[in-house]
Amino acid sequence: MKTRHQRLLLIAAALAALALIVALVFSALKENVAFFYSPADIKANKAPKNKLFRVGGQVEVGSLKRQEDGVTVRFIVTDGIECVPVQYKDVLPDLFSEGKGVVAQGRLNDDGVFVAQEVLAKHDENYMPPEAAQALQNAHAEGIGRSRNRCRIPGA
Amino acid sequence: MIPELGLFSLILALPVALCTGILALWGAQRGQPAWIALARSGTVALALLVGVSYLCLTWSFLQNDFSVLYVARQSSSSLPLIYRVAGVWGGHEGSLLLWLVMLTGWAALARFYSRALPDALRARVLGVLCLVAAGFLLFILFTSNPFLRLIPGAAEGRELNPMLQDPGLVIHPPLLYMGYVGFSVAYAFAVAALLSGQLDAAWARWSRPWTLAAWAFLTLGIAVGSWWAYYELGWGGWWFWDPVENASFMPWLAGTALIHSLAVTEKRGSFKNWTVLLAVSTFSLSLLGTFLVRSGVLTSVHAFANDPARGIFILAFLVAVIGASLLLFVWRAPKVGLGGRFALVSRESLLLVNNLLLAVATGAVLLGTLYPLIVDALGIGKISVGPPYFNAVFVPIMAPLLFLVGIGPFARWKAASLGEILRVNKWTLGLAALAALTLPLVYGGWRPLAALGVFLAAWIFLAATLHFVRQARATQGGGGLLASVLKQSLHFWGMHLAHVGLAVFVAGVSIVGAYEAEKSVKMAPGDTVGIHAYRFRFLGVQSVEGPNYQALRGEMELSENGRAPRRLFPEKRFYHHSAMPMTEAAIDAGLWRDAYVALGEPLDRERPDGEWVVRVYVKPLVDWIWGGAFLMALGGLLALLDRRYRSRRAATQENTP
Repeated sequence: MKTRHQRLLLIAAALAALALIVALVFSALKENVAFFYSPADIKANKAPKNKLFRVGGQVEVGSLKRQEDGVTVRFIVTDGIECVPVQYKDVLPDLFSEGKGVVAQGRLNDDGVFVAQEVLAKHDENYMPPEAAQALQNAHAEGIGRSRNRCRIPGA
Repeated sequence: MIPELGLFSLILALPVALCTGILALWGAQRGQPAWIALARSGTVALALLVGVSYLCLTWSFLQNDFSVLYVARQSSSSLPLIYRVAGVWGGHEGSLLLWLVMLTGWAALARFYSRALPDALRARVLGVLCLVAAGFLLFILFTSNPFLRLIPGAAEGRELNPMLQDPGLVIHPPLLYMGYVGFSVAYAFAVAALLSGQLDAAWARWSRPWTLAAWAFLTLGIAVGSWWAYYELGWGGWWFWDPVENASFMPWLAGTALIHSLAVTEKRGSFKNWTVLLAVSTFSLSLLGTFLVRSGVLTSVHAFANDPARGIFILAFLVAVIGASLLLFVWRAPKVGLGGRFALVSRESLLLVNNLLLAVATGAVLLGTLYPLIVDALGIGKISVGPPYFNAVFVPIMAPLLFLVGIGPFARWKAASLGEILRVNKWTLGLAALAALTLPLVYGGWRPLAALGVFLAAWIFLAATLHFVRQARATQGGGGLLASVLKQSLHFWGMHLAHVGLAVFVAGVSIVGAYEAEKSVKMAPGDTVGIHAYRFRFLGVQSVEGPNYQALRGEMELSENGRAPRRLFPEKRFYHHSAMPMTEAAIDAGLWRDAYVALGEPLDRERPDGEWVVRVYVKPLVDWIWGGAFLMALGGLLALLDRRYRSRRAATQENTP
């Protein structure tokens, strides 16, 4: 009798712990997922304020500007039609260059500047992140016949 | 001519693998001695054919035969010799061939080191391995032929991705694959047991050393990969929760659960079904890892090419292997029985908790890795799951597991007393708590997470030491404590060494996580930047010439209180065959801290002798992470060398308590 009670107790405790852990895992997942938005999505105000997300596209040629402190850089990410100014205060990865694909993770500030915590441009020189390629493709399909918006960095 | 010989040898290997696999399994089922005997010679023939094929590919690399497409893509005549040898596995086709070499190599080892096994079981194990090899042969021959000719041949090769031109490439993939593929032997043992219905303590004892070997290699492989990423990528991180890393971490977690549940199956005859399921899952996760890395669904340095046919083939293979094994499991598992009973608190129940926590951790990593793929496939949107998720999940799952690592060895089989274990450990627990309260203060501030890590690390270390000493005292037979310490079995040594390695690893992870410091600054030659007591003085940048690259080499003087200054030389390399620059960090490594310097960019690209953006880090105890992993692997290797795994067919004597 006693061993049977012990077994039941063990099973109940294990199940309760398991349920707790599963709840923890799913809540952690919900909290920490970063969605991807293209520059067009951001222009259309689809991107969240004050929440971490990713933006991707092409680095506009001639847009990379180093700020006074020498470490902070600003550049423009474009999908060919719309564009987003990005600010990043760290060393850019080796493969970052103008005219190439890029994905950045960070938040949008009140001035509409995307403040990146992380800039991803790994892999090799011909590689375009799939998200960035998708953004360019969508913009191209939607924007046939439309004129291209001018990209400007606020305050620069 | 040589490439054709390699291809021919590979094509010949396919029928050999298929025939050996099918006949061996059929023969074992029907009790046909001739077919059973065929398994042994077939396995050796397969390993030889695949080995010849692999050597032919290596030969083509060494001869710079750029009429072979794969060689032309991966190599060049200016590539240093060592990277031409290692370049064989620097791309998709060659790395699969390496996978296959490892698999048939493990099968050949299993053929020679399985004399103690009953003939039928041995034939089944070898047969299953041959069938897995046949699947991979099909994959290579139909989607990833490394011997494809380029007509007309290229005059010069495109050269290996500069990121891969590193000693890391020479050791990381072979070690990792030894581990990944090594679990195929544990898998073959599990399937053989299901087929025969014979799943007893002897079975567990036979599969334990193979599992330990695979686990030890995988541990080393992951650690070397992590170390490579640390010094090569220039970001100073050691683990990024990148899907490719997770792909190797999942089999590791499942394999860790497997070596513990095998212990219960061997000693007590319990957990049999669970052990078999774990063995199947571990190898399936290895295959899933291969699928994730090689199919191109993930994009990273490891995804060499995106060919949908390859992805679909591996996925089909994966479904076939997992599906067939699970069907077999459902069909045969009830026959293998439940095993001995145990109390609420006992070594069995503690190992059960260990297995549950490791399984949940594996599931959490799997979820985080596959969730973005599922969301994308369903067209809901594009998302990424990053380190915050994994960190949030891992700390609460691992903390209780780590605490139990200290308790476990003290618990007796069948029934143990928690009160007694805690009473014995009152000093070790107290000392660990004291360490948690004081040690973080040395690093300039008490932080709860760092304190928790220090407590767990100190607790595991002290408890393992105490247990070892008590065990040695108990087996004293004259000659003093030292003599009885040396008399302990290798298995016992291995277990405690692996646990101490875990403690070292946990200490490193918690301290570097809480107290690393970094600065990205603009520096002109002569400028100084300081972190804590360390001063980094930038002396400027010079141009230097490498074998197949040109580099800008920075010079940095590192000084710390009362010690002679040292020079560090971080580089920015420009390979002749590549448009991308490569950062080579410079590290002053030490037992207590690493000082790490990486060159960012010159402020003016036309004037590299001027100002630069430079990144400097001070990372306390970071080398403990890899040191701990090394001790864990060493523990695994010691354990598998234990005398009792070398016992002959008749010997079933236990020689450890």
